[in-house]
Amino acid sequence: MKTSGREHLVVIGNGMAGCRAVEEILARDAARYRITIIGAEPRVNYNRIMLSPLLAGEKHFDDIVINPMGWYEDNGIDLLSGDPVEAIERDTRTVITRTGRRIGYDRLLIATGSDPFIIPVPGKDLPGVVSFRDIDDVDAMLRAAASGGDAVVIGGGLLGLEAAHGLSLRGMTVTVIHLMETLMERQLDEAAGWLLKSALEARGQMILTGADTAEIYGEGKVEGVRLKDGREIPASLVVMAVGIRPNVALARNAGIEVGRGIKVDDHMATSDPAVLAVGECVEHDGNVYGLVAPLWEMCRALADGLTARPTGYRGSITSTKLKVAGLDVFSAGDFSGGGGTEDIVLRDAARGVYKRLVLKDERIVGAVLYGDTSDGNWYFDLLKKADSIAEIRDALIFGQAFAQGDRADPSAAVAVLPDDTEICGCNGVSKGKVVASIESGAETLDAVRATCKASASCGSCTGLVETLLALTLGDDYSGERTTKTMCKCISFGHDDVRREISVQAMKSIPEIMQKLHWSTPDGCASCRPALNYYLLCAWPGEYSDDQQSRFVNERMHANIQKDGTYSVVPRMWGGLTTPQELRAIADVVEKYNAPMVKVTGGQRLDIFGIRKEDLPAVWADLGAAGMVSGHAYGKALRTVKTCVGSEWCRFGTQDSTGLGVKLERGFWGSWMPHKFKMAVSGCPRNCAEATIKDFGVVCVESGYELHVGGNGGIKVRATDLLVKVETEAEAIHYAAAFVQLYREDARYLERTAPWIERKGIDWLKAQIVDDAENRDTLAARFWHSQQYMQDDPWAERASGCARDLLHRPLAEVRPIRIMEGADA
Amino acid sequence: MTPEWLDIGAAVDIPLRGARTVPVEGGEEIAVFRTGSNRIYALVNRCPHKKGPLSQGIVHGDSVACPLHNWVISLATGEATGADVGCTPTIPVQVISGRVLICRSSMLERAA
Repeated sequence: MKTSGREHLVVIGNGMAGCRAVEEILARDAARYRITIIGAEPRVNYNRIMLSPLLAGEKHFDDIVINPMGWYEDNGIDLLSGDPVEAIERDTRTVITRTGRRIGYDRLLIATGSDPFIIPVPGKDLPGVVSFRDIDDVDAMLRAAASGGDAVVIGGGLLGLEAAHGLSLRGMTVTVIHLMETLMERQLDEAAGWLLKSALEARGQMILTGADTAEIYGEGKVEGVRLKDGREIPASLVVMAVGIRPNVALARNAGIEVGRGIKVDDHMATSDPAVLAVGECVEHDGNVYGLVAPLWEMCRALADGLTARPTGYRGSITSTKLKVAGLDVFSAGDFSGGGGTEDIVLRDAARGVYKRLVLKDERIVGAVLYGDTSDGNWYFDLLKKADSIAEIRDALIFGQAFAQGDRADPSAAVAVLPDDTEICGCNGVSKGKVVASIESGAETLDAVRATCKASASCGSCTGLVETLLALTLGDDYSGERTTKTMCKCISFGHDDVRREISVQAMKSIPEIMQKLHWSTPDGCASCRPALNYYLLCAWPGEYSDDQQSRFVNERMHANIQKDGTYSVVPRMWGGLTTPQELRAIADVVEKYNAPMVKVTGGQRLDIFGIRKEDLPAVWADLGAAGMVSGHAYGKALRTVKTCVGSEWCRFGTQDSTGLGVKLERGFWGSWMPHKFKMAVSGCPRNCAEATIKDFGVVCVESGYELHVGGNGGIKVRATDLLVKVETEAEAIHYAAAFVQLYREDARYLERTAPWIERKGIDWLKAQIVDDAENRDTLAARFWHSQQYMQDDPWAERASGCARDLLHRPLAEVRPIRIMEGADA
Repeated sequence: MTPEWLDIGAAVDIPLRGARTVPVEGGEEIAVFRTGSNRIYALVNRCPHKKGPLSQGIVHGDSVACPLHNWVISLATGEATGADVGCTPTIPVQVISGRVLICRSSMLERAA
């Protein structure tokens, strides 16, 4: 079919990849090929990544045209638009279009790009459901936006967020539904994702993460979206932006090798050497790309190959920027950590900045920047070139100007700062004041914080203050701290963190980590459980417990044993039980082959050897007999131990079992800094051992002695007498005030005994004995919190959706069946 | 021929900063982790110290703290970090289109 001496290059796809490839070829050897471009859309080539600014009203269609009609004419290119190719006949080297046109080729270039992925839910075909891929989609969105109302965007990735931003600017009320917990999880880590979510919410968008779409509903047109958890979000427009899928149908039907995309070699040739492919439709070395930079690199390699100077494509390292005005988000390379990598994290809460560099062998392998992306390209350049950063490592995170200037030594830079330079922005403290306070004796970070207040609020200037300590004290400064920091992730102690949680009304773990300048992306096994507890305590009913920040026992609601099985202790109020309860326990022991049952020191029955998978069924069986979790695994009320009291005992002075039951019914379920044990003894003979409990009651003829801070563990401590009261009601009221003070003041994992030794019994008495008003408000806060705490976690887990996630295996593998050819 | 990579489920079915288990008949149970940065790792579900089930530990960064005695194990290498010494075998794993694929031969090597 050759019509002249020149070979005929036919390009399927009039998009960015197809046209760029042609431009690259023309630039190298304009006379080499006769070129025909066949496009499915009835228009010239435009810049698809500018659809977001087009939707947002920042651009017009004319602005985003890459190649106007004149370009095709000037270069002698035949453009067939609006007539898509339907088939490729490789044996005759011919393509056939929808209208039946047959066009012969010598070389064929497939640049069919990708199609939006439409999630297969009921209602996906209703009018009002659109994707976000071409001009027609934008037109449909603009028409919908013209009448205002509610829009739902399914997908919180790059494209979805840009669509949401555009619709929001066009006056619609937008809800973004995202399946994963982190927005843009392919590009961002949890910390940056949280910042982005907060910023978008502040702009009035509703962001639902961890939300799975069940269906799109409506009569004849879209009326809303229903989630799998039952929530309904009304909407007159639904934009599906969950991802893209390489458009490989033509290639596959023509018998060309296809994986996730059309498979190509380093010169962009498919399994048929006469057929080439570039762009989002290809798979190179196992990778499929959905960004524009790799596409340019592929087109260069393709053109080099087609004009006889093959160079080869070696895959792309990608970077991403979110195109939403006023939000600076940058991500490049592999930021997800991994073997032998280290993180450098810089957070600046006042400016809303989070920067994280991932290093491996003194080279940058990944970067996530939020709030300040000015050094994104520099980091990306270092990453691509794999330059060693060993020389500039200390200053790297501060950016190019700092790291490559003559101030690469941060301490030298601090030394030359003038005395009136502000070091601590929160408290307005200058360098001169910090140095003065160090010189007058504040020789540790804690002392500086205590005297001049520098670094005492958000902590972002901690590094500067420590540098000033080192500069001023020289070799005398050892970095010694008087306050123990919470963990290695943070320069603050527990009390500082707690104070800031309430002062700044911080309500999530990522928020605390950002605002208090955590030095790690997501904390460690020490700080995460502590923060989770502090938030639960500070915001009852509002904060939702993070199961993944819980120690195993609290996450599994049972006690892990050395062989990985669990022990289960059902609650027996005040140590009382019934035939039905005992029968249910006996049945569970037999049914699940528990090898041991034991009476605990706290007067309960402990069933040993239960497998993780069986826990929900065990709980369901115990629940059917009316029993709830005994929290034998929790930093919470364990048991209330009682003696028989005045009902049976000839020495008993009060109804100690009755009070024990009331206390246990009132206090169970409350999360505390550490485990918490109570006891009620009916007389001073103290059979319930109340004077080695966290809260113990010893009944006497004239009333109740309330004892606190006892401990029977490694270091035995007898209680201090707090007060003596006359009625049960007063005893319970004091108990509530005491427990709440312990919950709010003690550090995570601090038992009442060391807490009281640290604070002093006099302080405690001043708080809750002498100050009746404080006692009342503490007790009121406790009972308020209990409204949200007394849901039996076993009942919830035995029926809820967490059952599968936390107790069942993801899959099971049976090698025998695999050998027979069946998958597990 | 059975493929080398075995599809064991969707990445989203593993809790963020958590793990799920995959029992292997006649072999050692595998723990599949998902970190806060959405990276997936697979290790034998056994701490090198006292065989604690690592799948039940707290995941932070690219490490997990064993639930029994708080040894911190690198998810990438299986090596204990800090002062502790020991190593848990790792299993090659990859994620394609949101599905978790685990290396069949590496997993079965560990089966009796």
